[in-house]
Amino acid sequence: MRKLLNSAVSRRAVLGAGLATAGMLAMPSILRAQDRSIKVGVYGGYFKDSFDKHVFPAFTEATGIAVESVAEPTGEAWLVQLEQAARAGQAPADLSMMSQVAMLKGQSTELWTPIDTSKLENADNLLDQFVNKYPDGRVAGIGAVAWYITLVTNTDAYPEAPESWAALWDPANADKLGLLALVSNSFLLEVTAKTHMGGTNALDTEEGQIAAFEKLAEVKPNVRLWYRDEAQFEQALKSGEIPMGQYYHDVTGLAAADGNPVRSTFPKEGGILDSGCWALSRASEKGEEAHVFIDYMSQPDIQALMSRKVGTAPTVARDLLDLSDEEFAAVSSDIDPIIPRYDLYTSKSDWLNQKWTEMIAG
Amino acid sequence: MRREPPRTLADYAPIAFPALMLVIFFVVPFSTMIAVSFFQRDPAGFYSPAFTFANYERFLSAFFGGVLGFSIMLAVMVAIVCVLVAFPFTWLLTQASRRVQIVWLVAILSVLSLSEVIIGFAWSTLFSRTAGITNLLVMAGLMAEPQALMPGFGAVLTAMVYQALPYTVLVLYPAIVRLDPTLLEAARTLGASPMRAFLNVVVPALRNTIMATLIMVFVFALGSYLLPQILGRPQHWTLSVLITDQAIYQSNMPFAAAMAVFLVLMSLALVGLTLMVGSQREERT
Repeated sequence: MRKLLNSAVSRRAVLGAGLATAGMLAMPSILRAQDRSIKVGVYGGYFKDSFDKHVFPAFTEATGIAVESVAEPTGEAWLVQLEQAARAGQAPADLSMMSQVAMLKGQSTELWTPIDTSKLENADNLLDQFVNKYPDGRVAGIGAVAWYITLVTNTDAYPEAPESWAALWDPANADKLGLLALVSNSFLLEVTAKTHMGGTNALDTEEGQIAAFEKLAEVKPNVRLWYRDEAQFEQALKSGEIPMGQYYHDVTGLAAADGNPVRSTFPKEGGILDSGCWALSRASEKGEEAHVFIDYMSQPDIQALMSRKVGTAPTVARDLLDLSDEEFAAVSSDIDPIIPRYDLYTSKSDWLNQKWTEMIAG
Repeated sequence: MRREPPRTLADYAPIAFPALMLVIFFVVPFSTMIAVSFFQRDPAGFYSPAFTFANYERFLSAFFGGVLGFSIMLAVMVAIVCVLVAFPFTWLLTQASRRVQIVWLVAILSVLSLSEVIIGFAWSTLFSRTAGITNLLVMAGLMAEPQALMPGFGAVLTAMVYQALPYTVLVLYPAIVRLDPTLLEAARTLGASPMRAFLNVVVPALRNTIMATLIMVFVFALGSYLLPQILGRPQHWTLSVLITDQAIYQSNMPFAAAMAVFLVLMSLALVGLTLMVGSQREERT
């Protein structure tokens, strides 16, 4: 569900990038120079730039496989494109970084070629929660990077960091919040359940989900902006126009490092942990290269490199990494995270979306 | 020149090209959309060809009715405000010297080069508390402290009027320039004040132009989805915003298509109604 990071582009621009990508695919001649190559889709903008700069060149050097990176558009738009291309036997990208909801939806049409973990030397490094499996146990995707959505504040407006997600409900914060506008990327139902209902298990039943919606509706008077475009909120947060909200931990950290008066706090209920998987399109003929690529990316060294350069949280166990405590704290936290209920966004997506839209716009 | 009715097939040839373009760029995409709007949605995946009314059924609710009503109301208001502002402006412009007219028209055309994104973000800065226009009022001593003027209905309306105004002026301009100046001279000779001559002679003489402009701006404003999203609260989101949500974020093409078909039908109906009322009035007078 992660959108373009930290870039002031509109959705149109993203779609444009998608179209431009499609255009580029028509002429893959640039790659002919090298024998082995692979097309890898990563989220466009800041993410892709960081990968192009810090990660892909090292991979090509180590393995001799050229990487053509493809800017993939936000959310499920890329899933739709991959699926339609796969029906026509095409793969706009061999491997793509996919969000968890998109992974599950792709599973339903067998879009992902199962990954053979016996070919991956580094498979054992991965934390279980980052290995995406088909219901019958085949591996659909391998964790690429993880990221946190946390409680962010403007340090000028809030000299003291808030401690809990409950700050969202505090009447003192009337008209001061910026929250993500969609049920499936804000994960606010999970936050509500963890903060006020004892845990995300409260969302197991429809009664629980409705109770969470009702509790969450109490936040509405505090919300100034429901954002789809991340740049919109980031700008308002930096200037203090909207001094509190939910946002990505990594980008907030970069903004703070640039001297902006912002901070990201892991609330005591935990940050929201979301992640992207490497998934192989069934139309791709680059299975071998894809396994090499995934194996390379799962090395502790490379995971540490990405944490330092891209600001993402590692998908391999902490004790394998050479990250210092400070470096680890910059991208993650020991507080038990809020894990989104991805299952709900496939089984009840339309119902949740309808309830959500009625709640915020009603 | 006498106009003869077309007799042979060759006489129809000149319209073949426009007809072809209309088919390629309108009939085919629109038909596809209508077809998709009846398809079956698979919540876990995509959609499959079918014939179901479920997508339309889902739309027929008080919630979506309210959103549709708001979208139409917003577009109507944008159209009315635009014409109220642009008509006197364009009239005064045509009275100015040619040089002044050219400068103004170039300035107006340059606004057209701004994308909706830029307009949205520019207005959101202008309406902000930290950097907005209220800071100027505070400096002038007119206000105690700066205020945020967005998000809100006023902010959405202002930005949408700003966006549509150049089109309005450009549509009105040729008609107003061509208006026979002797009409106004006659009114003045008969003792009407300039204001009265403008309201009682110029405006009625250009009634059809005004109507056509209202319709054009209405249709233009109905499709807006970025400005309500950037400058409004969720209750100011138009149907276009929800269509985008469904199409891009929920990958629910059938429902998005059904909503879009509904929006097109409603706007066609409103335009038809306006034209009908207009032509009836013409017959009476």
